[in-house]
Amino acid sequence: MAQAETSFATPPAYDTARIRASIEAVAIPLGALVASAIIFSVFLTLLGKSPLQFFELVWRGGFGSSFSLQNTLQRATPLILTGLAFAIPARIGLVMIGAEGALVIGGFAAAALAIPLVSAEAPVYLTMLLMVLIAMAAGGAWNAIAGWLKHSRGVNETISTLLLTYIAIAIMNFFVEGALRDPASQNKPSTMPIGKDYMVGNIPGTDVHWGLVFGLVLAVALQVLMSRTTFGFAARVTGGNPRAALAQGLPVGTLIVVCSAIAGACAGLAGYFEVAAIHGQANASLVAGYGFTGILVAFLARHNPLMIVPVAIMFGAIEASGGLIQRRMDMPDATALVLQGIIFVVLLASDSLYGRFAIFQPKISTERT
Amino acid sequence: MTALALPEDLSSHPVAGGRTGAFSLETVSMTKVFGSLVALDDVSIKVGAGEFHALLGENGAGKSTLVKCIMGFYQPTRGQLLVDNREVLIKAPADAQAAGIGMVYQHFTLVPCLTAAENMVISRADAPAVIKWAKEKEELQAFMERMPFRVPLNTVAADLSAGEKQKLEILKQLYLNQRFLILDEPTSVLTPGEADEILGLLHDMARAGDITVLMITHKFREVNAFADRVTVLRRGKLAGSGSVNDLSTDDMSKMMIGEAQMREKAPRLARVEPKSTIEIAGLSVDDNEGMRAVDAVNLKIRGGEIVGIAGVSGNGQSELVEALAGQRSLAGGAVIVNGRRFDATRKDFADLKVFGLPEEPLKNAAVKRMSVSENIAFRSFDKAPMASIGWWLKPAAMRDNAVRLIDKYHVKTPSAETPIENLSGGNVQRTILARELSGDVNVLIVANPCFGLDFASVAEIRAQLIDQRNKGAAILLVSEDLDEILELSDRVAVMSGGQITYQAPIDETDRNTIGKYMAGH
Repeated sequence: MAQAETSFATPPAYDTARIRASIEAVAIPLGALVASAIIFSVFLTLLGKSPLQFFELVWRGGFGSSFSLQNTLQRATPLILTGLAFAIPARIGLVMIGAEGALVIGGFAAAALAIPLVSAEAPVYLTMLLMVLIAMAAGGAWNAIAGWLKHSRGVNETISTLLLTYIAIAIMNFFVEGALRDPASQNKPSTMPIGKDYMVGNIPGTDVHWGLVFGLVLAVALQVLMSRTTFGFAARVTGGNPRAALAQGLPVGTLIVVCSAIAGACAGLAGYFEVAAIHGQANASLVAGYGFTGILVAFLARHNPLMIVPVAIMFGAIEASGGLIQRRMDMPDATALVLQGIIFVVLLASDSLYGRFAIFQPKISTERT
Repeated sequence: MTALALPEDLSSHPVAGGRTGAFSLETVSMTKVFGSLVALDDVSIKVGAGEFHALLGENGAGKSTLVKCIMGFYQPTRGQLLVDNREVLIKAPADAQAAGIGMVYQHFTLVPCLTAAENMVISRADAPAVIKWAKEKEELQAFMERMPFRVPLNTVAADLSAGEKQKLEILKQLYLNQRFLILDEPTSVLTPGEADEILGLLHDMARAGDITVLMITHKFREVNAFADRVTVLRRGKLAGSGSVNDLSTDDMSKMMIGEAQMREKAPRLARVEPKSTIEIAGLSVDDNEGMRAVDAVNLKIRGGEIVGIAGVSGNGQSELVEALAGQRSLAGGAVIVNGRRFDATRKDFADLKVFGLPEEPLKNAAVKRMSVSENIAFRSFDKAPMASIGWWLKPAAMRDNAVRLIDKYHVKTPSAETPIENLSGGNVQRTILARELSGDVNVLIVANPCFGLDFASVAEIRAQLIDQRNKGAAILLVSEDLDEILELSDRVAVMSGGQITYQAPIDETDRNTIGKYMAGH
C-alpha cells in the first residue's frame, strides 16, 4: 500500500517519460530528414551538381525574400489541407490516400455550382459561401464512401480511396470535356471561368490568398477536436485498438465515417481554393499531386494537426524554389519529386525505429508485482 | 571435472547422430541479462538421464528464458550447458536439434493442410529436395511400430484431435531422434483425459530409459502425478529443487511464491441479494470464416451467481464472449439483461451496467499507447465529471479519478501518465479491474482473467470476482483453466462444438464428469 503511494505520486517520472517520448517523436523524423538530405546529396554529386548549391537555392527560393516567402506560403496552403486529410483518418487507424480525389471532386463541385450562380449575378459572399460548403460537402461525402465501405463491407480503405481518386478525376474530365465545357477553352478543356469578382482575394498586404488562414484555423480546430473533445478521445481509442473500442460500446462505424468525411471536407476545401483563388475554373490543373504530397506532409508531422503547418511550409518551399533550381542548376522539374520520394521512403523506414533507442525510453522498474 | 572439457563443435558431437537412449542435461550458473533486467540469475539445474523433470514457476520467473537459452534461441550472458556431462555450445536452435534436444511448444507447430506423415518428413533438417514418399512412408510405418503410441499417418493435421496433434508433435521429436524433450505447458490445449494419457506415456518412456523429459508447467497436479523431480524458479533465481516424493504441494507453492502477500479467499456468501439477471437466448455467432461457432446457446445467469463455462479452447467460447462484449455481431438470438434487450451499445453498457474482463487485456480492453489514466477513463470519459456538455474533456478530472483508482487497486505504475504498455501483465489487468469493477456492476462477462498472471494478482482478481458475486452481480466466467472454474463457479456449464452440452450446480459435479463432456462425450 505504502509502496503503491510512493510509486505513483512521483512527478519527475511523469515529466521525464513524457518529455523523452516527445523528444523521440521529433528526433526520429528530423533524423530521417537529415538522412534523406544526405542520400539526395549523393544523387546530386553523382550528377556532378553541388548539393550545397541546391540547399542554398531551396533556402533562397523558399524563404530568401518576401516574394519567395509568399510564394512558399501560397504553395503550402493546399498541402496543409491535404495533410490534414491524411492525418485525421490516420488517427483512427485508417490509411486513406484519396485526398487527391476529394480535392478534385470538391473543386469541380464548386466550379459547377458557380456556373448558374455567376450567370444569375448572385451576391458575391453568398456565392462564395455556397461554393465553400458544396466543395467541403462533396469532398467529405466522396471520402465518406470509403469509410462506409470499410466499416460495413470490410473493404480496404487504402485501395478504395485510391480507386475513388481515379473515378473522381474521370468524373471531372467527363463534364469538363462535355456538358460543362467552356467553348472558349480550346487547348485545355475547362468549366466556365467564375469571373474575377467571385474569386477569393489575397490577405491584405500580401500575395497569399485567404486559403492559408482557413488552413491554419482548421489545423488548430482539428488539433483541439482530436485532443480535447470526447469525439477525439473516442477516435483515439478506436484508432489504438478497435477491439477495445467495440467492447466499450463506442460507435466505431460512425466514428470511422465521420473521420473520413472530415478528411474529405479538408481536401474538398483545398479544391475550392485551387478553383476560386488560383485557376478561376475547374480543369486538369486540379490534378497537381497535392493530395499525394499531403500524405508525405502528414507522415512527417506524425499525424499531428498542428505540426502539419510547419511541415507543409517546408514542402511549399521546396516547390517554390523549383523554378530557381531549374534555371541556376540546369536541372529538370522532377528533381523536387526525387527529393520528395527519397524523404518518403526514408521516413517510412524510420517508423520502425520508435522504441529502439534506449535514451528515449523511460526507465521501467524491473520489479514485478 | 567437466568444467575443464572444452566446448565442442556440435557437428562432430557423438550425441548428434546414432544415440538411442536418454541422456542427461545440466545448466551451470546460467545467467541472462536483457538491458537492466536480469531475467535469469545464476541458475544451475540438473536433469538426469531418463528423468521426468518438472520446471515450475510463475509467469516471469524465468522458465521460458532458461529453456530458450538451452534451445539456442538466446545466448546466455554467462553459464555453461552440459549434455551427458560434456560442455556444449549451442548457438542456434539447429545446434540444439543436432545435440538431440527437441522442444514441444505450447501451441501446435504442425502445418494444418499436410498429413501427419508429411508433417514429420518436412521437419527433418536433411529432407531431400525430391522426396520419395513410398520409401518414407515405409520407414515411418516401421518407426510407428516401435513407438508406444501412434497417430494415423495419412490424416491431414487439421483433422486430428488436439490430443492427437500433441502426440504427433511428440512423435515428430522422437522421429528426429531427439531424446531430450522440453515440453512447454503441453496440456493447456488438451482435455484432462488427453493430458493424463499423454503425460502417462511420456512418463513410461522416460522410465524405460528412452527419453528424458523437462516439462514447464504451473499445474501442481501434473507435477505430483507424473514428475520424478522438480525445479522451482522465482524471479529469475533458483528457488529450490528436489524429488517430488519429498515435497508437498505446499512446499512447492511456497518456493514459487516466496513471501509475497496474498489476498485471502473471499468468503462465498450463501444468501445474496440479486441485482439483475442476464439471459442468453438462442444465441448464434459465426467465426471469422463465416462458420457457425456458437450454435443457438441458451443460458440464464441469476444475480449473485457465477456460471463457469469450461471447454477445450476453440469450441466457441471466445466467439461467445466476443459477441457478448460487442466485438462480434450476432448471427441469431438475443441477449437480455433484466428483461431488456442488450445490444452492446455504449448506452446499453451504461444503463444495464454490463462490464467485462476480457482475456489478454492489452489486446481486448486497453489501448497500448494511451496512458493508464486515459485507459481507466474509457467507461466514463463522455460523462460528467470528466466531460462537460457531453463533449468537452476535463483532463484534470480524468487524472484525479485515475490517481484514486490506481491507489485503491494497487496498480504499480511510475505515474498515471505512463503508457499502459509499459506496465507488467498483472498491473495491466489491475488497471482494467479498476475501470470495470469500481462502479456499480450488474453483469460481468469474464474470460480467462488470470491467464499469464502471478499468484498475488490471481488471488486478487479471484477475490474481486467473489466480491462482485456477493454484491449480487450476475457473472459469466469463461476459462480454459478447469481449476479456476471449480474454485469460483456456483454452476458449471461445458461448451463443446459451439453448444452447451452439460450444466450442473458445482456441488453435483466433479472434474471427471466435466472432463468427459469437454472431450465431447
